[in-house]
This record gives sequence, structure tokens and C-alpha cells, in this order.
Amino acid sequence: MAEQTAVLTTEKAGSPDKPGEKSLATRDEAIYIAPPVDIFENEDSLIVVADLPGVDKDGVDIRVEDDILTIKGNAKYTQQATVLRQEFTLQNYYRQFQLSDEVDQSKISAESKNGVLTITLPKAEKSKPKQIKVKVG
Amino acid sequence: MSLMSFDILEEMGRMRREIDRILGEGGLSSWTFPFSRISFLPGRASRAYPLINISEDNNKFYVDALAPGLDPETLNVSVTGDQLVISGEKRPLPKNIKSEYIHRSERAAGQFTRSLSLSAGVESDHVQANYTDGVLKIVLPKVEAAEPKQITVKVS
Repeated sequence: MAEQTAVLTTEKAGSPDKPGEKSLATRDEAIYIAPPVDIFENEDSLIVVADLPGVDKDGVDIRVEDDILTIKGNAKYTQQATVLRQEFTLQNYYRQFQLSDEVDQSKISAESKNGVLTITLPKAEKSKPKQIKVKVG
Repeated sequence: MSLMSFDILEEMGRMRREIDRILGEGGLSSWTFPFSRISFLPGRASRAYPLINISEDNNKFYVDALAPGLDPETLNVSVTGDQLVISGEKRPLPKNIKSEYIHRSERAAGQFTRSLSLSAGVESDHVQANYTDGVLKIVLPKVEAAEPKQITVKVS
């Protein structure tokens, strides 16, 4: 990984019922899907983009507790009438990431559009890159 | 300042859990099935993307496609007879991000086309398509000739 990159997140394994432990979701009544995410950063913030199809903006639950970012989504979808073909079912979404103290947790914002959730996590002042001028003389 | 470096053990552990989950207790269970399929790359397998559910009642077909994050302007639905074609594009990450600033890139992107044959012709003038929260819902009224007729049985 390149030198400019600060690793601001690592993933936590687990499910809502057994946070941080090996997932036993296959045995639980509620089934969770880990949504695919893109995570990238720019100079000011870290941006997490997650695909949550079938989740409206009221169905999204984002929390930051003890430096852990939790994304939860409740998908509302039922197939109508007589089913001829079924390639997907939608369940609830769940995924956690460990944040470092380089994120300013009070200024996190999120936006949901076309089933894609975008979370912006501004970097704390101390972790922004500082330009240092080199004096020649 | 705690600049953690890339933790290879953490990443290997994650990979092992992922494999355990696929091969483990549930086998290829319903838990692993949707994740492996929704992250399917539209760029590489554009004819099997998006995933589709089809249902019907007496007068209509209902086609639902799972396609989050499409650019609505590129989304194109067309109907000819009993053929339905869905095409569009899922935009990749903005190009101005330097590769060293990308931590994870799991969401697929690219162009796709998928065509389906329905079991009866549809009224192409009255097809409705609605894209909400990443799910495209298409309602296609069947042509009148394909609607079931109720036949009364006479008892003599």
C-alpha cells in the first residue's frame, strides 16, 4: 500500500447478534447480506459507498460507536402474484468497519440514492496532509 | 499518529472466514448465495446481469431487476412482441481518484444488456417501468389473446 494511504478502516467480522464473532448467520432466523462496498479517500474525507438495493432512506441505519462504523439496511421487497422465475431475494444488510481516530466522528454524513448509500467521513484536522515549504538558501 | 500499515494477517483471516462461510456449515446456503450474485460483475458477465425475478397474474407480467446505482439516463427498457430487453450502465468510481487512495473496490461497474422471452406477447404501448431504490420494476400487460378465458362447464 502506498505511503500516502492511511488505513482508516478494517473490517469487523460478525453479525448483529454476535458482534465480532464468527458469523452464525446461517442458523439465525434473520439472515443478513454483507453489501459490497467501495472505500476511497480524498484529501478531506474517507468515503464509503455501499450497494443496498431495495432499501429506502428510512430503512438505513448507520451508527458509529467505539470507532466501529455499522451499516444496517432493511430491504422491503416481495414478489407479486405467481412466481415464474426467481434469481434473487432481498434480506437485510449488515456490515461493520473499524475506524481509526483519524476520522472526525461528529461530522459524518450519509446520502442514499438509487439503492446506493454514500457515507462521507471527514478526516480529523490532525490527519490532513500538511504542505511543507522547502526553503532554498 | 497511528498510521497502521496493511495488515496481512487481518486480510488472510478475513479471506479464511469468507471461504469458511462459503464451504462451511450452510454449504452453498441462501446466506452466501445473494452476496456472491449481487457483486457479480456486469462488465464481465453482462448477459447475466442484472438478476431478474419474473411473476405473472392473469393479465400482466411483473419483471423486477436488481440493479443498484445505475445511471438512470442510460437505463433503457424496450419491448418487441414477447421480447424484453434491459440495458444500462453502472458507473465506476470517479476517475480522478488516485489508485493509492482506494481501499476497497468491491462494487461492480460496467455496461450490460439482458434480454428475456416472456411466455406471451405484451402490449408494448402500456408497459410501465419504475426504478426505485436500486430495483427496476417493469409491469407488462399481456396481449388480450393471451389472457386466460374462463370456460363454463355445462352439466347435462
